[in-house]
Amino acid sequence: MISAPAKLATRDLDLFYGDFQALQKVNLEIPSLSVTAFIGPSGCGKTTLLKTFNRMIDLVEGCRITGEVLLDGEDIYHSMDTNFLRKRVGMVFQKPNPFPMSIFDNIAYGPRTHGVRRHSELEEIVERSLRNTALFDEVKDRLRHNALSLSGGQQQRLCIARALAVEPEILLMDEPTSALDPASTARIEELVCTLSEHYSIVIVTHNMQQAARISAQTAFFLLGEVVEYGPTTQIFSDPHDSRTLDYVAGRFG
Amino acid sequence: MIRSTRARKGQRGPVQGMRKDHRSVADRILRVLPYAAAALTAALIGFIICYILVMGIPHISPDLFALKYNSTNVSLMPALINTVLMVIIALLLAVPIGLGAAIFLAEYARRGSRIVGAIRIAADTLAGMPSIVYGLFGLLFFVTMLGWRLSLLAGACTLAIMILPLIISTAEEALRAVSDAWREGSFGLGAGRLRTVGVILLPSALPGIIAGVILGIGRIVGESAALIYTAGTATDLPQGLFDSTRTLSVHMYVLASEGLHLDKTYATAVVLLVLVVGINTASLLIARRIQKGLTA
Ligand SMILES: Nc1ncnc2c1ncn2[C@@H]1O[C@H](COP(=O)(O)OP(=O)(O)O)[C@@H](O)[C@H]1O
Ligand SMILES: [Mg+2]
Repeated sequence: MISAPAKLATRDLDLFYGDFQALQKVNLEIPSLSVTAFIGPSGCGKTTLLKTFNRMIDLVEGCRITGEVLLDGEDIYHSMDTNFLRKRVGMVFQKPNPFPMSIFDNIAYGPRTHGVRRHSELEEIVERSLRNTALFDEVKDRLRHNALSLSGGQQQRLCIARALAVEPEILLMDEPTSALDPASTARIEELVCTLSEHYSIVIVTHNMQQAARISAQTAFFLLGEVVEYGPTTQIFSDPHDSRTLDYVAGRFG
Repeated sequence: MIRSTRARKGQRGPVQGMRKDHRSVADRILRVLPYAAAALTAALIGFIICYILVMGIPHISPDLFALKYNSTNVSLMPALINTVLMVIIALLLAVPIGLGAAIFLAEYARRGSRIVGAIRIAADTLAGMPSIVYGLFGLLFFVTMLGWRLSLLAGACTLAIMILPLIISTAEEALRAVSDAWREGSFGLGAGRLRTVGVILLPSALPGIIAGVILGIGRIVGESAALIYTAGTATDLPQGLFDSTRTLSVHMYVLASEGLHLDKTYATAVVLLVLVVGINTASLLIARRIQKGLTA
């Protein structure tokens, strides 16, 4: 369906929370250096799938997985260090979650975790990450201030900068704009587009216009299943499945 | 529609009106009750404090603070120093163990696992036990079985066990109260559990942990029953960990039961009161300062 080599792929992925099956036979191939959007009604398993990509799902007790998730062809659930995996596959959450420490320390947290100790190097990383998220000019005079003093939109961009600071290959974004105002949302959408030149991005969104604006391919989920996956233009203009058509036309909950 | 007619009926109907009056009386009583209870409590505390101050302050004299106790000066200085030593040693034992257990329970153990259940039942049981039982245990185990005699160390170990459940439960609660969003953020960057706990969770939980430690200090300073049988009532400063000592509370207990120096006993009570209030205020200030440092 999509010809570029898959950065991330799932093979017959099933996921159970206890007895409840949250994902069913998910087969997806996510290409590198582009934006892939996950859409679908609330509770259809988008967040769950995203969390399987960096094994954040391991933190949920009573959760069971069968099938495979392949990163560059390698099964991440088979003999891969989760901490190293999460360095390669970064995540931005629905609600901005900067740590209660300075802006500088927030961004330096990841690099320090992975062994960067020299201050000059950390300074370089912090500046580069902030520039990449268009935040540097806004905060350069108060890097030592607490990150919680930033506005919501700035906090979310800080979280993106924090994720970028460990130089991931993939960036997972779970409804990153759902808690933000339209102006902040527009900035983040712009950011996602520029970042996709260097990172493979998977973004979950509730907002279909957003998916249409920024993604190259879109997957539509319903009740834990991928109903349809294809180029975004096709999904929105000429879906093959009637349920997709109903959803993108707004005839769904 | 239905709701609006009902509401209008309710305003007019005699039955509803009566019930409303009835409710407002009960309402008023319920509203006054907590204030009355609070006032009574405050008055009681105020009375006790005033009584002690009035009875004690006139008898505070320089020789009450002489470095060496004898039966004429009835000095509280050795007991005061012993209290500080007892607090420090007991905390050195209880805080690391308690904090470690809390971190294990909150961050490492699977929720609802059997070990967690067992530890929690043990902690709750220990927390509800009268302190004299700790004293008896300390007497049998530390003093007799281990042969430590009545000593500073036996007393401190007994008190450490006594405040352990408190330290564990407050620290565990403080850790659990830290937002999961920060855990996710930290794990999501590839940080391990140890780093997440040490760098993200502990600083945020610190005010709560300190609050627990303060309560623990309060219990140590106020304890007498558990100490009489483990640390004894020697009046001199201890030369080492295996010497008998008396803390201020034990000192007061002994003075009061001897009944020879009631005036000095009240004076000692004033000092104990000031000490407890001082500790609480200081720790409160420290906790607030730490919290400010975190969010400023
Ligand atoms: N920790 C959990 N335990 C049990 N069920 C869960 C858990 N997390 C999510 N679910 C269930 O899994 C389904 C998918 O949830 P989620 O992935 O959050 O959906 P989405 O992100 O698409 O709104 C929902 O029915 C939800 O109730
Ligand atoms: Mg979700």
